[in-house]
Amino acid sequence: MTMVFGIPIQAFLGQLLVGLINGSFYAMLSLGLAIIFGMLRIINFAHGAQYMLGAFAGYLLLAWAGVGYWPALILVPLIVGGLGILIERLAISRLYNLDPLYGLLFTFGLALVLEGIFRYYYGVSGKPYAPPPLLSGGANLGFMFLPIYRGWVVIASLVVCLGTWLAIEKTKFGSYLRAATENPSLVQAFGVNVPLLLTLTYGIGSGLAGLAGILAAPVYQVSPLMGTDLIIIVFAVVVVGGMGSILGAIVTGYILGLAEGFTKVFYPEASSTVIFVIMALVLLVRPAGLFGKDA
Amino acid sequence: MAVAGLSRASTESTSTLQWALLAVAIAGLLVAPFFVYPVFLMKILCFALFACAFNLLLGYTGLLSFGHATFFGGAAYFTAHAVKVWDWAPEAGILVGVAGAAVLGLVMGFFAIRRQGIYFAMITLALAQMFYFFCVQAPFTGGEDGIQGVPRGELLGFISLNQPLNIYYFVLAVFLAGVFAIWRIVHSPFGMILRSIRENEGRAISLGYSVANYKLAAFVMSATLAGLAGATKAIVFQFATLTDVTWQMSGEVILMTLLGGIGTMIGPIVGATLVVTLQNTLATSGFPVTIATGLIFMACVLVFRRGIVGEILARLPDRNSK
Repeated sequence: MTMVFGIPIQAFLGQLLVGLINGSFYAMLSLGLAIIFGMLRIINFAHGAQYMLGAFAGYLLLAWAGVGYWPALILVPLIVGGLGILIERLAISRLYNLDPLYGLLFTFGLALVLEGIFRYYYGVSGKPYAPPPLLSGGANLGFMFLPIYRGWVVIASLVVCLGTWLAIEKTKFGSYLRAATENPSLVQAFGVNVPLLLTLTYGIGSGLAGLAGILAAPVYQVSPLMGTDLIIIVFAVVVVGGMGSILGAIVTGYILGLAEGFTKVFYPEASSTVIFVIMALVLLVRPAGLFGKDA
Repeated sequence: MAVAGLSRASTESTSTLQWALLAVAIAGLLVAPFFVYPVFLMKILCFALFACAFNLLLGYTGLLSFGHATFFGGAAYFTAHAVKVWDWAPEAGILVGVAGAAVLGLVMGFFAIRRQGIYFAMITLALAQMFYFFCVQAPFTGGEDGIQGVPRGELLGFISLNQPLNIYYFVLAVFLAGVFAIWRIVHSPFGMILRSIRENEGRAISLGYSVANYKLAAFVMSATLAGLAGATKAIVFQFATLTDVTWQMSGEVILMTLLGGIGTMIGPIVGATLVVTLQNTLATSGFPVTIATGLIFMACVLVFRRGIVGEILARLPDRNSK
């Protein structure tokens, strides 16, 4: 059997794939956090809960209405994003003139409520969500066995991340967003509806979390607790990457996912803490984060 | 954290009326165990001290830590281990817990003060989660079971803490000493510098203060006092479990402080009393505590950011403007 660093290559590649999958979700979630933070100057603690909401929305659409995976892939981001727009209009828009910490505390409360509701009705045990027939099964690549759905998640998340990045960098809407991030009052003076931009940004950010949630549903089990534990790791990713750059958030997400996978191969006991250790090291060497501009 | 209306509460002069109120409050606490279940009172006292220690950092230095469960729950583990496994006296065990919390505070503070604002909050949250995973895996914490059956022992070798009244007055003494320490820190020249950092960090730097050192000192003091609360709780309830090191616990202490009034002396005590009472009530009603907690959080942020005590103080006639 082929060995890499004294580990069978199958096990090595398998853990790397798990790392890449986790990294895909870190990247998608830190991307959403960075977009929301860039415009609203608010750290969306509810991002994890919205990810959980996405997974549950997919699960419930199937259980109640018989809506399958593919339509859910479109519907779920719209539902979660729409809910985000509602919350932004009703509550978060009142917090813009305050210290950003209040936004963090409000969305923390929101996360507790969302998590509490689903825990109350569905308990803490995970619910299985089968991948669609087209993506079930696996492929033998000769050197390893690849479950097709996992390959799909990696590709889909790359497409989502690159698409979002291109939309922000290359489209007219994206240029409005970037301009409003730099100088909201000037952009408003040019006749752009900045409050509407803020609302849409929060909607898009929440929608991205929902999309990540439905993508995650067949990989992890659908459970009320799946979001908040993940969001704390994503916060560490965001501290490492710095929120100044969208691309930085994406790249850091994948790298740290892979780092976690590596650790699982060589020193499994540390795999749950390695991202936090990396965060501490980055804080020592480069406190502003790898891609950060603000100190 | 620039919170409007705080300066009034923190610059209040200690008038005769306030001394009288304080005397009444202490007298009330002295007779309380004859009317209310002492374990319930001790739980409130432990959490109130925890919230006051947290408020030293948020209210008077302007730093929002999302990782204070580390010091509260960590100290509980250290104390429980010292008393149960090493067979130490309760006062020595509490000292071990407090010292451990101080060391943890020094480490976490060292990393966290490198960033400001929301980054500070996220770093403390991440490091606290790391400590949580450490507690899940480390052999001495007993994993999911925690450390159970911690003996209360005899204070100073002759006061049996198994007597409900003895342990109540011991916890009350710890609580009063802790709150007095916080009051002294806040009303010292050191406390004034902390407040200047909260109001305008840039100006404090330009005045020549090494802001990083002051922040770290405040962080360690807050962690130490939070540790005192956690260590005492371990003796009272005779166990230390993972619950006390979770992020939910860090969130709970923020809620107590926010609800009572950030940057007020008695706000966190009021907040802790309300939250603990609410949790006890909900525990029997079947309504999920997390939903209630989250709703109060959202309501506080949207409607009364000064908290209950802060709102009352803001409505009182200004005594300083004569």
